[in-house]
Amino acid sequence: MILETISNILLIVGAFFALTGAYGLFKFPDFFTRVHAASVTDSIATILLFLGLILRTDFDLVAVKLVFVLVFVLLTSPTASHALAKSARHGGVATLAESNNKDNTDG
Amino acid sequence: MVLAATCIAVLSVMALALARALQADTVYDRILGINMFGTKTAVLIALMGFLSERPDFLDIAIVYALINFIGMIAVLRFFEYTATSGR
Repeated sequence: MILETISNILLIVGAFFALTGAYGLFKFPDFFTRVHAASVTDSIATILLFLGLILRTDFDLVAVKLVFVLVFVLLTSPTASHALAKSARHGGVATLAESNNKDNTDG
Repeated sequence: MVLAATCIAVLSVMALALARALQADTVYDRILGINMFGTKTAVLIALMGFLSERPDFLDIAIVYALINFIGMIAVLRFFEYTATSGR
């Protein structure tokens, strides 16, 4: 019974982080801050959701699969976010500081 | 009940990510939205596996996470070398 409530709490907190990350995706002013908001949902929300799911299994092969998916997503989503930021940086996307400086220097 | 609520939350996050990708101005925002959509799909598949008491959904979640990552890197590799101005 205790495991059930702990898993419920983990699931709810994970869903909360996912929703705040998605909300941040709209509200953040600059591209690179949005990459942070998106990768927040990829990392913390996925960890909490999968831990919540692991507690619901009776720790057999299903839990091993869950751990494998969790480890894999935690390895690849930062790499993908980094590749995206690097590609954007090379593509000429200006950070907030640069665009502010450019506005000031023009004025 | 909590599992269903979490599934609905993840579905709404996916909808927000898609909405973000649709109204994006630069191509990189679009890729960001699609990447987030993909990882959330893998999480949703795992959640649905638990909701319907069928643990073999997790294999699909594993494969989906793998393919999403490879697709993401392929798209980025494509845009890295034909990068129009990201303005």
